[in-house]
Amino acid sequence: MSKVFIYPSTSLILSDMVARFGHEPLGAAIKIRERIQTPGFDSPPLQMTPEDPKKGLKYAAVEVPAGVRGRMAIFGPLIEEAEAAVIVNDSDLAFGCMGCARTDELVKFMIRQRKDIPILEIVYPSNEDEGLAFVDSIKNFLDGLSAKEVPK
Amino acid sequence: MPKEYSPEFVGTVTKYVFVESPDITPQHLSIRAYEISQGVMIKETCFGLQITGMPEDVGKVIAAVREMDPYHILVKDRGFPPGDKRRCRANLGGARPGYFGHEFEMGLLRHISKGLKAMEKGVKPDEKSVNAIIYHDKPLLDTQRLEEIAVSKSREAGTDAANSRTTE
Repeated sequence: MSKVFIYPSTSLILSDMVARFGHEPLGAAIKIRERIQTPGFDSPPLQMTPEDPKKGLKYAAVEVPAGVRGRMAIFGPLIEEAEAAVIVNDSDLAFGCMGCARTDELVKFMIRQRKDIPILEIVYPSNEDEGLAFVDSIKNFLDGLSAKEVPK
Repeated sequence: MPKEYSPEFVGTVTKYVFVESPDITPQHLSIRAYEISQGVMIKETCFGLQITGMPEDVGKVIAAVREMDPYHILVKDRGFPPGDKRRCRANLGGARPGYFGHEFEMGLLRHISKGLKAMEKGVKPDEKSVNAIIYHDKPLLDTQRLEEIAVSKSREAGTDAANSRTTE
């Protein structure tokens, strides 16, 4: 079972496909859960603390807005942890404010910089035939990961 | 002074179960889930269920629920437990921001369900669809072309200005 980073990281379809085909999806929910289940000081709305933008400095420079660095404190460790990645490009649901847009660019850049992991880049289907191609491409990609795994 | 935060449901996971099926409703799902639930918290929603509990218990319930209609039931993780004051729309008012993303993907689920069903039957996708799905990087604008555009636009602007002067 490989850890597969998904982008958009809140995607229902990608999260389900990766889990359905026997791998572990690395999405935003995992890190958000970690934060909200950790006791500490109350920092609504997402239990992000002032420490997070500092952690984000590992991934983005100090002049980059704190919003991007805070988001990178969530996504950065996931990208480092990933053993593969599935990216759906041009996805409408990834549209957001400038902080989200710049973070998305940085996330995609960081994934592409990881030359040691396989990456699948696709777009959302617009009809049934493309739906089949979408599912088939993800399955083949994930089956390839399983084949590479060394049996323990 | 910042308030002390003591989290609830520590060690649990919350999963969303989405159903987009002509045969199964969220009510069917919740009845089935309640039948086999052992200490997990189940919340019925308009799109399916939210299940909260220890990871292994939630896993069992999800596996059983999926069997009802494997092609039309999709599952994903959720960070917050149901009813969390920071996210629940009962406290915030209006739709929760994340639901816009879900709404978008719910519109695509019919394609995905058909794809899953066809794949199970051994149908292979045609080349045209495979090409449509693969992401092709958009070519960047050539600098020479950019210069041409800039020059043509400045010429147009110059001609317009000259014309307006003549008419005056």
